[in-house]
Amino acid sequence: MKKADIDKILKKYDYKKSSLISILQDLQVINRWLPQETLKYVSEKMDISLMDVYSLVTFYKSFSLKPRGKHIITACSGTACHVRGGPKVLSELENQLGITVGETTPDKNFTLETVRCLGACALGPLVVVDGKYYGQMNPKKVASTLKKYSKKK
Amino acid sequence: MIEMTIDGLDVQVEEGSSILDVAQFYGIPVPTLCHHDGLTDYGACRLCIVEIGKGDNTKLVSSCTYPAELGLFVRTNSKRVVEARKVLVELLLAMCPSSKTIQDLAAAMEVTKVRFKVEQGDCVLCGLCVRMCAEQMDAKAIGFVNRGKDRKITTPFDIKSDVCRTCGACIYICPACELRCQGPGPPGDVCGSCANVLPVCLEDEDDKMCFLGTCGWCYKELGRKKNKEKE
Ligand code: FES
Ligand code: FES
Repeated sequence: MKKADIDKILKKYDYKKSSLISILQDLQVINRWLPQETLKYVSEKMDISLMDVYSLVTFYKSFSLKPRGKHIITACSGTACHVRGGPKVLSELENQLGITVGETTPDKNFTLETVRCLGACALGPLVVVDGKYYGQMNPKKVASTLKKYSKKK
Repeated sequence: MIEMTIDGLDVQVEEGSSILDVAQFYGIPVPTLCHHDGLTDYGACRLCIVEIGKGDNTKLVSSCTYPAELGLFVRTNSKRVVEARKVLVELLLAMCPSSKTIQDLAAAMEVTKVRFKVEQGDCVLCGLCVRMCAEQMDAKAIGFVNRGKDRKITTPFDIKSDVCRTCGACIYICPACELRCQGPGPPGDVCGSCANVLPVCLEDEDDKMCFLGTCGWCYKELGRKKNKEKE
């Protein structure tokens, strides 16, 4: 991540300490994850201890300290989605991608994550890819959904 | 000054003090683990719970974080408090059975066995070291990371921190990672020896001195003296 990019975002929020979460969110958009150096730079520039920044980043699941793929797949494992067959969809996703939850495919195209309820239980089982909701999922639909995001051969 | 009642005693206390401050000022023993005089209170261990309110409308609060209020009615030793405390200390023991501090607290509350699955952990997440590092050492080298069951105390990125001066204050204040209580039982046993095996207390002997802090025995002795006074 370029320092200039970080500075731009910091300036946008006027280095306000209370905006730390928003700043980190914006930073994460650039690379889809937060590298160690970025966090160090932010903590120095904003005069917030690195420990506080790190505590915050590890507290919220939406921040990632590991490189993530181009497309982020979030399978819901909330109660409603669970009883509607969420686990089956998840294991099918794992099978087809060849990775387990929290991992990224070797070609850096997909990262698989889970979430506890997205507040759209009526649509369950729910899978979200890059912010787009795919409701009423079942193991059969997984392949076609993934195909939309697969790298063109 | 505000007026309140603690254990049936009408007291006047300074504004801004916590219930724990009041109890300690008036010499009412309240067990604590995560409280330290030089650090801000954090309310992690819950051992200092007291019951506030009257009649049916009572609740348990952690006295170290609850401010003294006008007309507050506090009981530090009600049945509900004592029972809840026992469970709490049992849970702490299950997490860190080798800690002498916790063993002594348990002995003082007459907890003799742990009914939960015992984990040989070395941290109860009391946050003393975190506050020590931040407030007294002004370093903020360690802190809480993750949340829920994954919560733990470590340095940023789990590597040696640039700001840590290896002063050791965190180790000094830790109630859990100290040397294992050298009781006769196997590690993890709730031996309570310090409180139950005779003779431990050197109080009665003129030519010897006790180097231990307040141990379970002292509490017991205290209780016994109190009972005698009552009789
Ligand atoms: S449980 Fe999946 S959206 Fe609520
Ligand atoms: S001393 Fe009050 S919660 Fe630990």
